[in-house]
Amino acid sequence: MVKFLLNRLAMMLLTMLCASFLVFAVCEYTPGSVARKSLGPFATQQQVDLLTAKLKANDPLVVRYGRWLGVLVGAIPDPLQDPSTGLNFKDPRGSQYFGNFGYSTLNKLPVNDVIWNRLGNTAILAGLAFLLIVPLSIIFGILSGLKEGGPLDRTLSVICITFTSIPEFASGVFLVTLFVILWPILPGTSPLNSDGGWAIPYQFVLPVAVLVIYDFGYVARMIRVSMIAVMERPYIRTAVLKGMSTRRVILGHALRNAMIAPFTVLLLQINFLISGVVVTELVFAYPGFGRLILEASLFGDISTLEAATLITVAIAVVTQLLGDLGYMLLDPRIRVR
Amino acid sequence: MNLIVSNPKGAAMSGSSQSDTVLDVNDLRIEFHGKSETVVAVPTLSFSVKAGESYGLVGESGCGKSTTAMAIMGYLGNTGVIAGGSIRFEGKELVGASARELRAIRGRQIAMVYQDPMSALNPVKTIGSQLAEVPLLHLGVSRTEAMEMAAAMLADVRLPDASDMLKRYPHQLSGGQQQRVVIAMALLARPSLLLLDEPTTGLDVTVEAAVIDLIGELRSRYSTSLLFISHNLGLIAETCDRVGIMYSGEMVEEGPTGDLFRKPRHPYTQGLIDCIPDITHDKRSRSLAAIPGHIPLPQERPVGCFFAPRCTGFTAGLCDRPDLELEDIGGDHVVRCIRWRDMKRSQPAQLAQIGKAQVQTEAVAVSDLTKLYKLGGDRTLKANESVSFNAAKAEIVALVGESGCGKSTLARIVTGLDRATSGEIRIAGENVAEIQAKDRPRHLLQSIQMIFQNPDSTLNPSHSAAFSIRRSIKKFGIRKGKAAIEERVRELLEMVRLSPTIANRKPNQLSGGQKQRIAIARAFAADPALIVADEPVSALDVSVQAAIVTLLLDIQRERQSTMLFISHDLALVRHVADKVVVMYLGKVMEQGTVEEVFGGGTHPYTEALISAIRSPNPDEKRRVRVHLTGDTPSPINVPAGCRFATRCHRKVGAACDSVPPPLRKMSDTHEIACHIDAAELRTTPSPFGASAQGCA
Repeated sequence: MVKFLLNRLAMMLLTMLCASFLVFAVCEYTPGSVARKSLGPFATQQQVDLLTAKLKANDPLVVRYGRWLGVLVGAIPDPLQDPSTGLNFKDPRGSQYFGNFGYSTLNKLPVNDVIWNRLGNTAILAGLAFLLIVPLSIIFGILSGLKEGGPLDRTLSVICITFTSIPEFASGVFLVTLFVILWPILPGTSPLNSDGGWAIPYQFVLPVAVLVIYDFGYVARMIRVSMIAVMERPYIRTAVLKGMSTRRVILGHALRNAMIAPFTVLLLQINFLISGVVVTELVFAYPGFGRLILEASLFGDISTLEAATLITVAIAVVTQLLGDLGYMLLDPRIRVR
Repeated sequence: MNLIVSNPKGAAMSGSSQSDTVLDVNDLRIEFHGKSETVVAVPTLSFSVKAGESYGLVGESGCGKSTTAMAIMGYLGNTGVIAGGSIRFEGKELVGASARELRAIRGRQIAMVYQDPMSALNPVKTIGSQLAEVPLLHLGVSRTEAMEMAAAMLADVRLPDASDMLKRYPHQLSGGQQQRVVIAMALLARPSLLLLDEPTTGLDVTVEAAVIDLIGELRSRYSTSLLFISHNLGLIAETCDRVGIMYSGEMVEEGPTGDLFRKPRHPYTQGLIDCIPDITHDKRSRSLAAIPGHIPLPQERPVGCFFAPRCTGFTAGLCDRPDLELEDIGGDHVVRCIRWRDMKRSQPAQLAQIGKAQVQTEAVAVSDLTKLYKLGGDRTLKANESVSFNAAKAEIVALVGESGCGKSTLARIVTGLDRATSGEIRIAGENVAEIQAKDRPRHLLQSIQMIFQNPDSTLNPSHSAAFSIRRSIKKFGIRKGKAAIEERVRELLEMVRLSPTIANRKPNQLSGGQKQRIAIARAFAADPALIVADEPVSALDVSVQAAIVTLLLDIQRERQSTMLFISHDLALVRHVADKVVVMYLGKVMEQGTVEEVFGGGTHPYTEALISAIRSPNPDEKRRVRVHLTGDTPSPINVPAGCRFATRCHRKVGAACDSVPPPLRKMSDTHEIACHIDAAELRTTPSPFGASAQGCA
């Protein structure tokens, strides 16, 4: 078991390295240099050239990637914070420490000051949505998988497919029209402060609703397919022919087996909810992680982008690990002996 | 018209009152309603099971026997409907019973044992919790009491260490143990009727013997009536009091077991009995009488007798009348054949003596072949260990043994799907043991071809039947040019007795037998010197099996191909093989000519295997059944001495457990690996006495 976990950890580090290098390389081909972005549009070309030389930004890609890694693990100080650059970039944590994501050229702040706050906001949004998606999709999936092609299955399937196929911005606008304009009981934006006169809990309702509507139908469809397959298995027949009632057959025999396959899909939704909810965050002006990534990549803010990449990869690997552990819990056949 | 049993009053005429009839099925009609069509699985069916009786329902796949069992349990799925007739259980009508009534009967009064125990048990729940559900549900006991009852029942089905077994999961048990658990589950609520749906199909023969013995013992202890559903005539003949033969949803013949098997009246019954290989004859003394054609699909049933298209005695104007009924021919024996008086049983065809292959040139020589699988850590799985045998040209060597004996691994190594750890396989002078198929030169690939077990999964569903044959010809350059290739495909199809019109059909439009013929044609398309046939007929119905075996033997003799014939069916091996290699847990226990291995004076394991063969012939002397205890040990921890020592009924002493057995040379061709000395081995009586030789 220890070996298994260590193995996973090594895989995670490797994935992070590859992903961060890819992002680094891609940023290379976006217009604008670090120096230009740090100095702003009104600096002279001479100033830019001076800073470029100071930051050694003309070194080969691999060397600069190595330097970035060095800053990250705290082996070398962040060159941008060097007072001789004249940029006045200052990190209260110091210029050399483990986990130094560098300085955001977009926000003119240390990345660590920006990113965790945003991630926290998104985690709340994602957590609330996930808490609703899990039970809803299980109930919908199980009920429609019980009798394939029956009236209940058809009704629920239509609901699921319709909801899944409405894009987030459409359902967002639709809900805003309904609950903000026509029947104003909810706020239309969710900046997570009370300046607009709405208490913060109210601000969560619409973004969470949009996410749930968009996502639960898909998961429910997955659970439905698995449930249909399980209901045709001979052990369900054994249970029925033991004289058990339908309810007991489902709760006692079908449910756990039906959850084995969709378990990964369910956990994958966590990844989606953390980094893929840009649209929802934009519609509701929600200060979230997805929006940060979007803004950073539009601006070419390498430090922020790299930090976000590492975090999302870590989350993805951890959810996968959780998925494997969950499999073992659900299915005794694959427990590590 | 004679007495008609399907008449509701018929039941009374057999002299039994309603009270001692446990199950009475009358004019049952089962339909499956699809989206566009309705399939009549069972048109009309009547039979009854008396108290304490064991009733056998026999038929090939698709004859409606399992559907009938499911109809009795009220479990036909979303599309199945009982469209007419009645099913009375102890006087209560089951057709149209409410869900609540059915629940009270299911598991409590009628219980069921299923074909595949692995899939019949829930993989994520412990044995204990699955067993305890039954008393919890039906007997109103507490959880601890239920667990105690479950443990007691596990001891009753002779599973060791019941309390430990309760905590295990199904996948931690062997197939035989799983089936014992399913039987225990069925008997926990003391049902008055037990439905057994192919309870031993898929189990090894020695395990099957133990399970059947157990069912017989429990039946007398709990005085349960049995409805035994099987395609295995031998099994039914030994375990049932009365037998009904089903064909395409209809009962074609019914009678007391002895009477029916001694004097089968319906041509189908006669054909079924004649087409199974029996242990007393080989291919030189008898050819299997195949039933031509195949079972009609429900939508293609003819008017009148459903068997008519396959029947040699078909008479127009008589057999195609729509009102054919079951006719009583005396002694509780009924038959649905208007010409039963004229239907003489065809005598087993006596063949002209086929000489053995005269020139004994060696074609394949396996020596000291070992295959180990490293499982990580210090665990190794010994799939084959120092296996040695050889095969002469045009000889059929049968590899026999139960699951896990390493016979399929050996086949995989010969064909290059896997490579040996050490040892040699010499084919035409070349050692192929460690060359995998991808590294083999073309002529080697061509000279070794394989016929697989399941034709459904080995033919690509999106290619036409002739596709694989054509590709084989092209790839090995047997013929050049489009016309020549097509000509060859036609010849090959003709060789396997298929009409050329079949060439462009997709596998799903072919029957199982036709698919296996395609597989045979494909294998022979490359003009191979060696054919490896891995259980080539075990997925087929018995009536089709005979035809395929005969075909395979004909082609093999004509082509003078050497064949490795892998099978677990000893009666079939007896019929097909020239030479037999008996394997157990990766080692060769015995090898010799077919006469030597089946002729007495054999290894204890062979003795047990042969004694487990069941014959439908009621007059054949009952063989002394060798009871093996326990299951085959895991190939990861093999016993240190003789592999078979843990289950052997003739152990001579401690040496069996610690010292590998010496090889006893019984004759030039006959070798046995056993601690019992040769002289004593020789005195082992033949499992079938000389008296059985005469009748068949």
